[in-house]
Amino acid sequence: MTEAAVKEEKKITDEGLEVGVQNLTAERIQKVINRVLKGESGARLKAYVDTCVHCGLCSEACHYYLSHDKDPQYSPVGKVKQTLWKMLKARGNVSADFIKRASEIASTECNACKRCAMYCPFGIDIAYMMLTVRRICHLLGVTPLYIQDTAHSHAVTMNQMWIKDDEWIDTLQWQEEEAQAEIPTLRIPLEREGADIMYSVIGPEPKFQAQLLYQAAVIMDVAGVDWTMPATPGWDNSDMAMYTGDNEIMGRVKRAHFETAARLRVNRIVMGECGHAFRSVYDMGNRWLGWRMPPIPIVHAIDFYYELIQNKKITITEKFKEPVTLHDPCNVIRGGGLAEKARYVVNAICEELIEMHPNREHNYCCCAGGGVINCGPPYKMTRMDGNRIKAEQLFAAKSRGAKILIAPCHNCHSGLEDINHHYGLGYEIKFISDILYEVMDKPA
Amino acid sequence: MLTRIEWDWEPGSREIANIGQWQKKFNWIEEPYVSPNGERIAAIVNLAEGEFNVCVNGEAWETVFDKIWHLRFAPDGRLAAFVSEMGEWTVAVDGSAWEHKFGYVWDMMFSPDGKNIAVAVQQDMKYSMALNDVVWAETFSNMTNPTLSPDGSRTAAAVQVVDFSEGQIHKFQEGVFTAALDGKTWDAQFVNVWRTAISADSQNLAAEVRLDLYDYTIAVNGTPWPQTFDCVWEPIIHPQNGAVIAPVRTNGKWFLAQDGQILWDRKFVQLWHPMVSPNGHTLAAIVAPKYGRWTMAVDGRPWRVTFKDLLTDAVFSPDGKRVAAVAKNDARWLMVVDGAVWQNTFDRVWQPIFSPTGETVAAKIERNGKYSLAVNDRIWHQAFDAIWNPVFSPEGDKILLRTLQDDIYTRHVLPIEEILR
Amino acid sequence: MHSIYNFVSGPLAWLAFILFIGGCLYRLISLMVLVHRKEKFIYSYMSLKYSLRSIFRWSTPFATENMRRHPALTIVAFAFHICLILTPLFLLAHVTLIEESWNLSWWTLPEGLAEIMTLIVVAACVFFLVRRLVNPEVRYVTSVSDYILLAIVAAPFITGFLVYYQWFGYQTLLILHILSGEVMLVAIPFTRLSHMLFAPLTRAYMGSEFGGVRHARDW
Repeated sequence: MTEAAVKEEKKITDEGLEVGVQNLTAERIQKVINRVLKGESGARLKAYVDTCVHCGLCSEACHYYLSHDKDPQYSPVGKVKQTLWKMLKARGNVSADFIKRASEIASTECNACKRCAMYCPFGIDIAYMMLTVRRICHLLGVTPLYIQDTAHSHAVTMNQMWIKDDEWIDTLQWQEEEAQAEIPTLRIPLEREGADIMYSVIGPEPKFQAQLLYQAAVIMDVAGVDWTMPATPGWDNSDMAMYTGDNEIMGRVKRAHFETAARLRVNRIVMGECGHAFRSVYDMGNRWLGWRMPPIPIVHAIDFYYELIQNKKITITEKFKEPVTLHDPCNVIRGGGLAEKARYVVNAICEELIEMHPNREHNYCCCAGGGVINCGPPYKMTRMDGNRIKAEQLFAAKSRGAKILIAPCHNCHSGLEDINHHYGLGYEIKFISDILYEVMDKPA
Repeated sequence: MLTRIEWDWEPGSREIANIGQWQKKFNWIEEPYVSPNGERIAAIVNLAEGEFNVCVNGEAWETVFDKIWHLRFAPDGRLAAFVSEMGEWTVAVDGSAWEHKFGYVWDMMFSPDGKNIAVAVQQDMKYSMALNDVVWAETFSNMTNPTLSPDGSRTAAAVQVVDFSEGQIHKFQEGVFTAALDGKTWDAQFVNVWRTAISADSQNLAAEVRLDLYDYTIAVNGTPWPQTFDCVWEPIIHPQNGAVIAPVRTNGKWFLAQDGQILWDRKFVQLWHPMVSPNGHTLAAIVAPKYGRWTMAVDGRPWRVTFKDLLTDAVFSPDGKRVAAVAKNDARWLMVVDGAVWQNTFDRVWQPIFSPTGETVAAKIERNGKYSLAVNDRIWHQAFDAIWNPVFSPEGDKILLRTLQDDIYTRHVLPIEEILR
Repeated sequence: MHSIYNFVSGPLAWLAFILFIGGCLYRLISLMVLVHRKEKFIYSYMSLKYSLRSIFRWSTPFATENMRRHPALTIVAFAFHICLILTPLFLLAHVTLIEESWNLSWWTLPEGLAEIMTLIVVAACVFFLVRRLVNPEVRYVTSVSDYILLAIVAAPFITGFLVYYQWFGYQTLLILHILSGEVMLVAIPFTRLSHMLFAPLTRAYMGSEFGGVRHARDW
């Protein structure tokens, strides 16, 4: 598996990009670039471009840069130079090959994690600029194949995984039945209008990780939560359209999500352990639709577990023995301020937390988020080579005794699995809910 | 089935059932539903592992099913649910299952009079719709956004007509979706087809479509409007004149368009849920006139009052002269009628219901974990563990209120004056 | 020579100040208009508290992670900016000029200190130049305009220093000094030196987003 990936690294071919550039003309490129840079963008982009003094201080924020022996092409500003600066300077008069490379840089060599925004003295948001490049590439039809396919799935089904309307409900009922073997009266209440909480997940949960639905149902049941899940599209909070620059589909998917919650008249939406979905519902999707903040409050799983443990809705029978380390996902830590709550939860359910360094807002990215892992197998080595620094950081935590790696985010989880395997780190990677489910007090 | 005028409108309270007593008979009782006239309360009940039934006023249906979900009363008082037997699913109405069985059924829709029940169905991974136990002749490899016509006679949905595998993005972009009315598809195919609307006479079908990855428009009977937009939302078809009306987005702002032409002279940060008044004279929509501020626009003019979080559940009065909607500011839910906000605020409030004359507005409300009724900004003095939406008497002088308190389900008929007093 | 001096210190100086102030106002206002026209939502997230929190944090030496990672640069950058702004404002020679013209005066720097501060600016410019040439990540994003900007900034201080010592060609140097000062003033609103205007705004915006929405630190 790894060997095959190494071969691919020599020359990445991506049908999404190859076919996409064939349809480009100079006029179309120029028109689209100017539409985005002059039409859709405004003061932010202008201020960011005009204010940047080319100091390079953002470089060390980026895991790609650090992992590529400080190759300046991978520095945040280096990526802006290779994409936006050239587009601006040439007034959109760039070649199809340039667009292809720009798409590759913006979509697979930046996780939009915003760590660099904390390193720029001026607070320039380079992730925003990379997403602007992705927007241009989307409007030109030059987006990596796998993530484009995912965006199509969102467009058709309102979920990430081509899950058909009935398959979703069927999966919930199947997991309900499974969980009833453990707790006979357990229910996954569908369409219970007026419940306190709507629980929302991302497409991969019903598709590949149904045990997470099971665990969530057990946690909800034991904690006595008044909850529901929708039996209609709108259940999925994930959003790869946000990462391809297809803002219109992002808005459509988020509208379905929020209107489903409003239809069920819930007080809050609790979401599973996912980072990018949090960004989509809390930061980006809602804004595109005109909602300053989410119309129905969003509670991330970390926050929800914190609440359940603190309010003693869940008690811990025996803490998890093996030493754990905690990966801080960008979208809920830097994007949602849940660093301390995550530690409260982990300390409540685990005997020993061994911090990795840096941590909290400064943690290194998983290199999977921002849609990069969703660009698929062609770019696996881009992620592996691009995140040696993460392997080193994890290795250091391991050498201090950590055995389990907690990653409370789906993208981080999958990305770190790859890192773990590729660099032979020997961690077992878990979600918080995996451990919580294991150690919580359940009816026997 | 009795019409509304024939319901028991004698003022007073009548206890219908004690669902607490059902607990003894069953493993568990799921959330109850009540009939429109308030005479019956029903819930899915579990008898044993893999044995489900429906209990109505204490009486169980004759047949036990392997699984039951989505129990709902139709507007005409019939009780429908999705039921499963021997691995097959279908619809059961008042305990009798449809003859057709399917791999799966979902998305139950009722016509306003309740006489028609439509569902989405899947059989052998092929998708279609069924209306009153009659299934489309055609099936599709995928189907989304099922719709029932206003008169309940026809069904429509967005359907996939060309097979493609995951990852075939360019084949997808050539257009593999279309819309189908009673299973009959349009000739034209689109990249995406979303919500559909069937005209009042059931002859025309409109849908929001995406022509390529970037150009959106509305297609009517398969023909797209000549104008394209950066995005569109769900179309509606004017019940009287047949015009197709939909929100459209251009240059980052939303407009209301009719048959392709911009209708209102204003642009909005957001505009959706267009609706036509019952008399066809007035158009309204939920809008955000400014970023992060929500309100209602009636004939293009936004209400002066705006809300931070949300505006939803908008309805016209039967005479089309008034509009009421639910709004939310921070954690407080509000009721807004014709742009005036009720003084009372709520932990939650449900869709406003106009009296037949439009003079009175009533709604189910929640305060401090208990549910009650609010009428014209007055809260009734009693609160309950649960209530259902209030129903007005045909003269509009009384309200039927269905409540649950300490497992006792009660049917109340309240003269309006009593609440407003 | 005298007429050139009169020209650069008279009408040209007026012009420079008008362009500087007018240019700054123009840039700021047009940015605000742009926000108003296309990204009004930005206003709704601006928070005075978190704007100031961010600006204060980033105006304090070594208060941020990245400053601690680059101690030499941090010291040089702070010293540079402080000296760059204070020296011309409180230089005895400048204040005297203003007093002669308008009978306005204020506190001035001791001459020796001013001299050191000037040298700090020049030395910092050399540091920045070397950094641009030597550090790969900086060199990669450096264009000719960056060197020109550095020269524009260094020039008034180098010439000023030479004028002070009246080493060679006092008149010529003085004219050059005034000219270079005027060039710099005009350059501020119309080049990347405009970060003087925009940095507080971008900082305030990022501070507001991080503090008010993301509930996280931005340092």
